[in-house]
Amino acid sequence: MKQRDLFLAFFRVGILGYGGGPSSIPLVHKEVVEKYKWMDSDEFGDVLALGNALPGPIATKMAGYIGYRVGGYLGMINALTATMIPGIILMILLLTGLNSYKDEPWVKGMTEAVVPVVAVMLAVLTWDFIKKSGKSNLGWAWTFVALIGSLVLLQYLNLHPAILIFVLLLGALLKKDPVPAENKQAGGERQ
Amino acid sequence: MIYFHIFLAFFIPGILGYGGGPASIPLIENEVVDRYGWMSVNEFSEVLAMGNALPGPIATKMAGYIGYAEGGILGAIVGVFATVAPSLILMISLLGLLMKFKDSPRVKRLTIVIRPVIAVLLGVMTYDFFFSSYEGVGLMQTILIGGISFILMEKLKVHPAYVIAGSLVYGALVLS
Repeated sequence: MKQRDLFLAFFRVGILGYGGGPSSIPLVHKEVVEKYKWMDSDEFGDVLALGNALPGPIATKMAGYIGYRVGGYLGMINALTATMIPGIILMILLLTGLNSYKDEPWVKGMTEAVVPVVAVMLAVLTWDFIKKSGKSNLGWAWTFVALIGSLVLLQYLNLHPAILIFVLLLGALLKKDPVPAENKQAGGERQ
Repeated sequence: MIYFHIFLAFFIPGILGYGGGPASIPLIENEVVDRYGWMSVNEFSEVLAMGNALPGPIATKMAGYIGYAEGGILGAIVGVFATVAPSLILMISLLGLLMKFKDSPRVKRLTIVIRPVIAVLLGVMTYDFFFSSYEGVGLMQTILIGGISFILMEKLKVHPAYVIAGSLVYGALVLS
C-alpha cells in the first residue's frame, strides 16, 4: 500500500515534470506534503535546502530520500524507479526509432505550453515559503531583510547557493545557546 | 572496461554538478564528447534536445540513454547508478543525522534561517521559467496559460496533473 502510493506519487512527478528535475519540485511538494502528508512543509523545506547544498541531480535526491524515509531501501528504489524510468525508456525508444519526432511542431508546442504552468506552480510554492517565514519567529521584517540579502548574494554577487546554505547550516547548528536569538542569527549570517 | 568508463563519465558530473541535473549537462558533455569521444557535439545536442522534449529529470535521461548506447541495458544501469548514488548517499546520511536531532532548538533554528534562502532560490527559478516562456510563446500566451492554470490549480483546486496534461494538449493543438 505504502509502496504503491510511493510509486504512484513519484511516477506522476516523473511523467509530469517537463524541463528537468528542478521543475518537478512543486510536483514533489504537491504529492509528498499535500496529498500523502509524508512530511510537513517545513521539513520539505529542510530537505530541499540540503538537497540544494549537495551536488547531483535534485529530483533523484528528493525521490530517493523521501522514498527511503517512507519505505526504507525498497521505498528508495521504488521512488527512484518511478521518477526516472518513464523518461529513460521513452528516450531510448524514440532515439533508436523515431529520431525526427523532436522536430515536430506539435512536440515543440507541447513543451512550450507547459513552461508557464510550471512557472505558476513555482510562484505559488515561493509565496508559500515567504508566508511561512513571515509568520515564523523570524517575523516579516527580518524575512524581508533575509530575502533581499539572499537575493543580492545569489543573483548579483553570484555567490553559490551551496555556500550560503552551508554557512547558514553551520551557523544554526554550531551556535551555542538556544535562547531566542533567531533574529540576530539570521541577520548576522549574511555579513 | 566500458562499464568502468561509463561509471566514471557520469560519476564525475554527479559529484561536481551543483544546482540540479540541468547544471550538470555541460559536465556530462565534457566527459561524453571530449574525454571519451562517444558522440560528436552535434549528436550530443540532438540527444539533449530529445531529452528536453520528454518528461522527467534530465540528468538520468542522458545517463540512461548514453549508457544504453555505449553498453546496452547494463550500461544504462551503470550510468544511472553513477549519476544518482553518490549524491543520494550523502543526502540520506546527512539528513539522517539532522533528523536525529530534529526536536533540538538548533535544527528548528536551521529551518527558520534557511526558509528565506529557499524562497529566493524558488523565486529565481520562477522568474527563469516565466522568462523562458515569454521568449518561447510570447507575453500573451504566457499570461493566458499562466492565468488559467493559476485559477484552476489554486482557486478550483484541480490537481496539477490535469492542468499539465491540458497544457500539453493545448500546446500540441494551438501552439504548433
